[in-house]
Amino acid sequence: MTELQAEQGAQALEVPREAKTRRNRDALIALAVFVVLALLPTVFSSKLLLDFVIRCAAYGLFATSLNLLVGYTGLISFGHGMFFGLGAYGFGLMMQKTGVPVPAAFVATLAITLVVALVIGAICVRLKEIYFAFVTLAFQMLIHSTILSWVSLTGGDQGLRGGIPRPPFLGIDLSNQLHLYVASCALLVIGLFLMHQIAQSPFGYTLRMIRDNATRASFIGIDVWRAKLTIFVLAALFASTGGIIMALFVSGAYPEFAYWTISGEGIFINMLGGVTTFLGPMVGTVLLLILNDTVTRLTDYHGLVLGIVILFFAIGLRKGLMDFVVEWYAQRRNGAGERG
Amino acid sequence: MDLDALTGCLASSACLVTQTTSGFIIGMLLFLVAVGLTLIFGVLKVVNFSHGAFYMFGAYFAMTAYQFSGSFALAMLCGAAGTAILGLIFERVFMSRVYGADVLMQLLVCYAFVLIFDDVVRMIWGPEFKSMGMPAAFQVVPLFIAGGVVPPYYLLLIGVALTAAMILGLGLARTRIGKVIRAAAHNPGMVSALGINTGLIYGGVFALGGMLAGLAGALAAPVRSLTPGMGFSVLIESFIVTVIGGMGSILGALIGALLIGMIRSFGSLGFPLFTEGLMYLFMVIVLVSRPTGLFGKEVA
Repeated sequence: MTELQAEQGAQALEVPREAKTRRNRDALIALAVFVVLALLPTVFSSKLLLDFVIRCAAYGLFATSLNLLVGYTGLISFGHGMFFGLGAYGFGLMMQKTGVPVPAAFVATLAITLVVALVIGAICVRLKEIYFAFVTLAFQMLIHSTILSWVSLTGGDQGLRGGIPRPPFLGIDLSNQLHLYVASCALLVIGLFLMHQIAQSPFGYTLRMIRDNATRASFIGIDVWRAKLTIFVLAALFASTGGIIMALFVSGAYPEFAYWTISGEGIFINMLGGVTTFLGPMVGTVLLLILNDTVTRLTDYHGLVLGIVILFFAIGLRKGLMDFVVEWYAQRRNGAGERG
Repeated sequence: MDLDALTGCLASSACLVTQTTSGFIIGMLLFLVAVGLTLIFGVLKVVNFSHGAFYMFGAYFAMTAYQFSGSFALAMLCGAAGTAILGLIFERVFMSRVYGADVLMQLLVCYAFVLIFDDVVRMIWGPEFKSMGMPAAFQVVPLFIAGGVVPPYYLLLIGVALTAAMILGLGLARTRIGKVIRAAAHNPGMVSALGINTGLIYGGVFALGGMLAGLAGALAAPVRSLTPGMGFSVLIESFIVTVIGGMGSILGALIGALLIGMIRSFGSLGFPLFTEGLMYLFMVIVLVSRPTGLFGKEVA
């Protein structure tokens, strides 16, 4: 793993022109993935599959943004789900109460998330790891209990009911499943592309340095607090986007979206897929959703089975799936002698 | 917001006594859970995220023992001893495997057990709300102190919790075992080199922490309703307590728990919808002014 990191570190020193080519290549890959996803309904017309991909988009954005904190910066947030819930509720309320167009509500929700994340982040990011984990968790519970007790606004434990109005805009009608599917895929691909750019930018390498040695980073003049706060807010924005997709998908928002288990699942997704690769959380999301659907169908004791699977990964494997893939690939390349 | 109710209460001695007692009850139960959490953190350097489950098991064990035997003392004993054994097994079989690993792994193992334990309770005792009922010995006329109502059971609860706090504090400060535990918290490698089985100490501390949480659950069983997942809100609150008091400090846990108890008790009068918010607000204020808590030392 250290070799891998060293290699990534070396890449950061590339001349800017090559960084630009790489960005173009990333954009091309993103575009290709989007086209494939968008054409999927013409091949498989299963509604279940489309629903599955929409949920993957919502949770995938959430989990990948969490990885920016956990994997890249070493900030173990146990309350990242609050921004998922905030996105869902913010967007749902905006659409229900004000009737503004969808894009306006989307931007406004992100703006609200930005402010909330700035305030919470400013308090949290200077805390040491365990304190950070639990204080973020406490904020998550604060938001959850606010949602539960502010019945007149949020509907309390019933959630936002009566559906979220989704008026068509620019020829896109989000109440149509196919349109929603394409929009979710677009948001997912754009979100992943942006997060990848953040991770590959000089700022992304600053984050890795803070993770590996925060004291040293601060000695060479990096404002650690500001860098942590920046990534905390950025990650919150992407998590919020995931929440918005979820609210659009279920046409409502429920207190469970802001409950701590969402954060727990996010951490587990990262573990499942692996935090050392950018796409690990995405793989983890697909795995967890498949696992969840299967387990819920087979047994009432969903937590029991999930818990045992988590134990298997945490104690037995100690790595995510993508970590194994990367190791296997690195070994193969080494074996073939293609690398110096 | 209902500030009139709050000021009205503060002016009347009857209401003051009642609310203070209820604040003490909440605080003492929280203290028992939080002190286990802080002890485990102080010695083992792990945060037992599944600590709430021990509280839950303590309550369910006590209820079952009480239903079978009808003896309140036996119920308390079962609650405490059962969770102590559970804690020992949990630490030796699972937690001891992730000591060297990063915090993420420890959190995940505990997260897994939160899910597993909640479902196990659901399997054995069912998903519905249960109640143990007040033992006959305590179904007597409540005491009236300065016009306020104080059920005798509350006094017992406060007494047991304070006794536990004193035994714990004195035990850690004065006895040989206490010294070894403090040494192990400070430098486990050296303690182990001196021929002391640190694994045993770790297991013992975890069992002790579990036992205290179980005792809290057992004490709470007659006055609270039992449900799977009941441990989680207690866990969050006791975490707030340890953050306020400072991780690893027993005195901090006591003060923090009482503060939270009073905030909950009086806050529910003045800010009925924002009682929990008050706790978080208080925690944030403490954290911003003293990042390591009121009595905390710098965490290594």
